[in-house]
Amino acid sequence: MAKAIKAEGISKAYQLGDFGTGTVSRDLERYWARLRGKEDPFLKIGETNDRTLKGESDIVWSLKDINFEIEQGDAVGIIGRNGAGKSTLLKILSRVTAPTTGSVKVKGRIASLLEVGTGFHPELSGRENIYLNGAILGMRKAEIKRKFDEIVTFAGVERYIDTPVKRYSSGMYVRLAFAVAAHLESEILVIDEVLAVGDAEFQKKCLGKMNDVSKGEGRTVLFVSHNLGSIRQLCSSAMLLSNGNLLTSGPVEDTLSQYLKSSITNGSLDNYKYQGTMVNNVKFVEFSINNVIDKEAVFSPSETLTIRVKYNCITYLPKFRVSINFYKDSILISTIHDKSWPAELKEGEYSATFSIVGNFLRPGNYTIGLGGHDGDPISEGKDWLYLDEVYSFTITNEWSELNDFSGRGLVNIPKII
Amino acid sequence: MTNPEEHWDLEIKPANTLLDLKLKDVWQYRDLLFLFVRRDFVSFYKQTILGPLWFFVQPIITILVYNLIFSSLAGIKTDDVPAPLFYLAGTIIWNYFADCLIKTSTVFKDNAAMLGKVYFPRLIMPLSIVCSNLIRFGVQFILFIVLLLYYVLAGYHISPNAGLLLLPFLILMIAALGLGFGMIISAVTTKYRDLSFVVSFGVPLLMYTTTVIYPLSEVVKKYSSYSWVIKYNPLTAIIETCRYAFLGKGSFTWDLLLYSAVFTVIILFTGIVIFNKVEKTFVDTV
Repeated sequence: MAKAIKAEGISKAYQLGDFGTGTVSRDLERYWARLRGKEDPFLKIGETNDRTLKGESDIVWSLKDINFEIEQGDAVGIIGRNGAGKSTLLKILSRVTAPTTGSVKVKGRIASLLEVGTGFHPELSGRENIYLNGAILGMRKAEIKRKFDEIVTFAGVERYIDTPVKRYSSGMYVRLAFAVAAHLESEILVIDEVLAVGDAEFQKKCLGKMNDVSKGEGRTVLFVSHNLGSIRQLCSSAMLLSNGNLLTSGPVEDTLSQYLKSSITNGSLDNYKYQGTMVNNVKFVEFSINNVIDKEAVFSPSETLTIRVKYNCITYLPKFRVSINFYKDSILISTIHDKSWPAELKEGEYSATFSIVGNFLRPGNYTIGLGGHDGDPISEGKDWLYLDEVYSFTITNEWSELNDFSGRGLVNIPKII
Repeated sequence: MTNPEEHWDLEIKPANTLLDLKLKDVWQYRDLLFLFVRRDFVSFYKQTILGPLWFFVQPIITILVYNLIFSSLAGIKTDDVPAPLFYLAGTIIWNYFADCLIKTSTVFKDNAAMLGKVYFPRLIMPLSIVCSNLIRFGVQFILFIVLLLYYVLAGYHISPNAGLLLLPFLILMIAALGLGFGMIISAVTTKYRDLSFVVSFGVPLLMYTTTVIYPLSEVVKKYSSYSWVIKYNPLTAIIETCRYAFLGKGSFTWDLLLYSAVFTVIILFTGIVIFNKVEKTFVDTV
């Protein structure tokens, strides 16, 4: 198979902090060093990009010496936690910014979709924006003209095509923008999480379209997403980035499971720094759902979810109960407790169990915040401890009578039949 | 290198070579240039009743005010040319230059959101600004011609001459000057924005060192020892040549025009080179 992309040792350094009077002298120093043909003195002391640690230097390497090759017709997912360097990599591939060192060689036209509707002008009509956006993405006018009807049909906005897009609903706006992008004819397509828009029906349509692009038309697709479900569905292989380094690349299943293992989200709770007044009283040890601790936390919507939290009481507490926050797409769905009323807690090991009925959570990605406090149903309490994002899991896209595809929202409201 | 695998269409590298202007890329994206110009033009008068007529309003009001203050009140002579005509000629040229400069100088900052998300040859943006403003200039130029015809019909003696042949060349020079200065400033302000403050108050002041509201002959007469400041402003020669071509009045010399032309070429060239140097990574600092 022919290669479509070949990256050789690409690195990207960023300067942290504010630019101002204080940074001028350093800029001059760097400029002077480069003039004399020496190595940039500040890049030498650059640090790996771990946002949680306080560093010495304010130059960080967002990407460090990345090498990979992608074959023509491959659909490659790029995964990694926030700040792993995924977006920087996409920016370099789409030529928005240049690498600090290294180079990427590309065969064929490359088009990137880091955002839907780039360059849409609110005052212009849908028709005018299709042409403008298409041209921004690199299409020729004749090409857009040829595909115009197809784009409008795909977006489903025939009626509004001569109305300024500022009057569009946000959904229509996004549909139109994606429709333009989906009809790009480049050999390589670089996509950044644009699917996190639109309703379920449109998302499915987009995924289908992207599937056609990569599998049907044999074009190369690079796709960044936090939605492991769509990565699995679309991509044949994947690359895992962590703190600017390429950890692994290979078949999608292998990489995904490596990601879930490596991600510090799930698994042992030892490394976490909890906040609150009770951090010295209680220590959480383990969090699991259906006994899944550190593997892929992926569940079918119909499964009953049994959550088990193991925790130790280090010093005696007169009143305590465990609380769990459920987030979906950063929206707090609910807080649940292990007991209705806080109870006395003596030194020792404990575990709390929660159950969530099947077909209650709708498909998607969930994160969990874990904590505890001495509040009760009628008063707030005063002591607590808490930490966000201790665990994440995915509910798969499996549709059934009780988990209706056309339904929207975060949860299925149980109905009495 | 016969191995087909070794053929690559594109190589993404840390820095541009100094003179790689990617004009081929710009040509590839010419439709985008056209669409940007169209966007600027159309969005200018959307939701207005007068529509494109608004292009006329600004210069008309400007020359009315100038006429009142500089001609009637201050009594600055206008080379025996009717004052409104004299001011209009200077104003539309100055406006074209100033609009190109100011818009281009903030091009990275204004379009950071879009330029941070998608690649197209960055040179397209400043070029589209120059073209958009050229349309505006063209419309205002029609106004000038109408006013000129009015004065001819009213019996004023105005003698257009062969200097008119220089007109396309003069317009090109104004555009190139505005573009060149604008690109230099835009490139220099991507990291430290200090210079943009200078632009915002400096450009309107700069107008007074250009022969927009007074003729060069008056300056030479009154302040002969300082008139070189005005003379060596590259726009002076352009405006004076224009006035000379259309109205038959004004100080036109080949020396001064040649000086302006050389100056323009240097500025444009410097602008493109500096712009080209920062375009790849400005997203990180803007």
